Amino acid sequence: MIGTEENILSIRDLKVDFSTPDGTVNAVKGIGFDIKAGETLAVVGESGSGKSQTMMGIMGLLANNGSVRGSAKYRGKELVGLPKSELNKVRGAKITMIFQEPMTSLDPLYTIGRQIAEPILYHRGGSRKEARQRVLELLELVGIPDPARRIDSYPHELSGGQRQRVMIAMALANEPDVLIADEPTTALDVTIQAQILKLLRSLQERFGMAIVLITHDLGIVRHFAERVVVMRRGEVVEQGTTEQIFESPTSSYTRMLIDAEPHGRKMPPAKNAPIILEGRDVTVDFQIGKGLFSKGPKVFRAVDGVTIRLHEGQTIGVVGESGSGKSTLGRALLRLLPSDGAYRFGKQDISWHDRKQMRSLRKEMQLVFQDPYGSLSPRQTVGEVITEGLLVHEPGLNKADRDRRAIAALQEVGLDPKARNRYPHEFSGGQRQRIAIARAMILKPRVVILDEPTSALDRSVQGQVIDLLRKLQADHNLSYVFISHDLSVVKAISDYVIVMKNGEIVEQGETDAIFETPKADYTKALIGAAFSV
Amino acid sequence: MLAFVLRRLASAVPTLFIVVTISFFLMRFAPGGPFNLERPLPPATMENIMRTYQLDQPLWRQYVTYISNAVQGDFGPSYIYKDNTVAELIGKGLPYSMELGLYALLLALIGGVTLGTIAALRQNSVLDFSIMSLATVGTTIPNFVVGPVLTLIFAIVLSLLPAGGWGDGSFSYLLLPMIALALPQLAVFARLTRGSMIEALHADHIRTARAYGLPPRIVVITHAMRGALLPVVSYLAPCAAALMTGSAVVETIFTIPGIGRYFVLGALNRDYTLVMGTVVLIAIFVIVFNLVVDLIYGLLDPRVRHD
Repeated sequence: MIGTEENILSIRDLKVDFSTPDGTVNAVKGIGFDIKAGETLAVVGESGSGKSQTMMGIMGLLANNGSVRGSAKYRGKELVGLPKSELNKVRGAKITMIFQEPMTSLDPLYTIGRQIAEPILYHRGGSRKEARQRVLELLELVGIPDPARRIDSYPHELSGGQRQRVMIAMALANEPDVLIADEPTTALDVTIQAQILKLLRSLQERFGMAIVLITHDLGIVRHFAERVVVMRRGEVVEQGTTEQIFESPTSSYTRMLIDAEPHGRKMPPAKNAPIILEGRDVTVDFQIGKGLFSKGPKVFRAVDGVTIRLHEGQTIGVVGESGSGKSTLGRALLRLLPSDGAYRFGKQDISWHDRKQMRSLRKEMQLVFQDPYGSLSPRQTVGEVITEGLLVHEPGLNKADRDRRAIAALQEVGLDPKARNRYPHEFSGGQRQRIAIARAMILKPRVVILDEPTSALDRSVQGQVIDLLRKLQADHNLSYVFISHDLSVVKAISDYVIVMKNGEIVEQGETDAIFETPKADYTKALIGAAFSV
Repeated sequence: MLAFVLRRLASAVPTLFIVVTISFFLMRFAPGGPFNLERPLPPATMENIMRTYQLDQPLWRQYVTYISNAVQGDFGPSYIYKDNTVAELIGKGLPYSMELGLYALLLALIGGVTLGTIAALRQNSVLDFSIMSLATVGTTIPNFVVGPVLTLIFAIVLSLLPAGGWGDGSFSYLLLPMIALALPQLAVFARLTRGSMIEALHADHIRTARAYGLPPRIVVITHAMRGALLPVVSYLAPCAAALMTGSAVVETIFTIPGIGRYFVLGALNRDYTLVMGTVVLIAIFVIVFNLVVDLIYGLLDPRVRHD
């Protein structure tokens, strides 16, 4: 639906500050824009741009050390500085929100029926019975199957996508004028993302509320929003219709964001490159629910008979949604968990290697994780983090040698060598991922398993990390297994793609073949969801 | 649910057995014995006594005898309180200790949770700081100091309350020992509640509740408090067991005829049977309260419901 010209929410000179031990941080620096009735407005920016804090400030949801100044008028009524009791009449009724984390945004201790009913009872009154009836209608509306049964479910009994649907039901309960969706699909699998966005759009057509979509994902913006506000470092860089922003952006930052989509392709490996790592019929079982008095262990098969052959200089992209077994496959290939199957590294059969025998090979086979925040010890300096592997694998080196290697490794990943005397928390997400890559590279490995190495990073940073990985690969003839749910990244780095679902290979082939002529329905759905939301 | 309770009670049997076995042998391997007095008894008398109490038998036979008697509810005679069996001693004292312990537990729980919640809601304020300082004082000052100080102030200087004894069991007799007993636990509950409440208030679903305009009462009590109580509830089991099986210090200071002193006196005098009886009692309390706590946990948190 195209918005009318009526401004339903007007933001003027809005500032959000946080007082921290290091002084005041200006998260939002006096911004202004309007939200028109019934329109879809995207607020776009990278992490730290202040896009979420703007909305949190208006809704009175800032952390304790945060404060908001300026003006935000809902239908002429000033929201900034409104007493909480007055603000409570607006939020949850006229302006509602859904959040990024569907797993934690609902109270785990109450049924979803009760949680959706709470704002109905509070804002509209009426009996519990009437509220329950309304909840059933809403669950039906947001596409929860079998609402009469599901209404008494607890959040942990629902999937991520279903929980986000429950949040949407809650948001719609009081027929709001504005629905603020803060990264509503970021934590969801791509096929689920598409479903949620479609649902939001159809509900908007039906009820005519304005939607404010806060996101870092320009792919979604292009297909979903009518107008776009681009934010950077607490300021509005540019605003306009979606067409204007994408076709003729005026600011260089916007242009950079649009171009940040990973692009380019990897050079193919040598024609008859030998196999460096092979796993045949890789099968991994996990035991669940085994207790002293319970009946027999249950087995969950995470990876089911997957065969993978990685050639020297090649990148195999392993694609799948959460629970597909792709990360487990990566760990099994490195022999980091008990698994069945036959494994070879180079010419060596490593199927029966024990931990001690594997240790000598670990130097050759490295692993980089998704979360650059959690995978670096906060109590070690960067230098200690990246040279730790040398202590084990090259014990002959002295301190000066190790330091030289650290300098070389940091330079190689594009960081200032001075970084080695600092601590991980002093670095941004992208820099930390470079540190994690340096930690792997310092050992001069031949195979690197990259487990979602770009998923926690902003788009513009993703592109840089992909470029870096491609350069390192070319320089050292490395072989990668690149595990990711993000198809555009996989496309930019892989020679060969394996699509996994429920522990099995659904489809595999050369990257071009997979992306241009996918055969399996599941692959088509994944590609469709990722590239044309 | 019933199956869960039965299963847990069944698994209590081996637990009790292990506790009894370990403490039986620990006691016996401790130097000295129940009848080694400062002035040694004549050998003939000693021999006589040893035979009477079957202490002249090989250790394994004593153990087998003890276990088979204990299974039938016979915990043997006490060696120092010569005219009483262990079961009689505990049966006489336990009601006093349990009543006092129950009141102390309620005071500690209600007081601690209330203070902890207030401190969490006013985090880093003067109020928070004062409550937490008091909590530190509560934990650090031992109750053999708190007890006499309370007596001095309320019984002797102000003459408001009796200084000790059980009297007619009225509340005025219970008040001071109850406070002395509850204070350290109250401090623990306050700390636990404050910590988990602060964490709970930062949860994403609390932000959701606020975003939907729910009044603070519902946000705090319905949504934050229920989750925040889980760690508090876990501490309830060991705390209840400790309070309700009596405290040697508090019961001695306030001359309460409970069972608190038996464990200490029994251990010091090598009164094997009395110590064993108390150990079994405490173990049963711990097992039962842990079971109760697990059931409460299931009520509070649907994710750990027992079926």
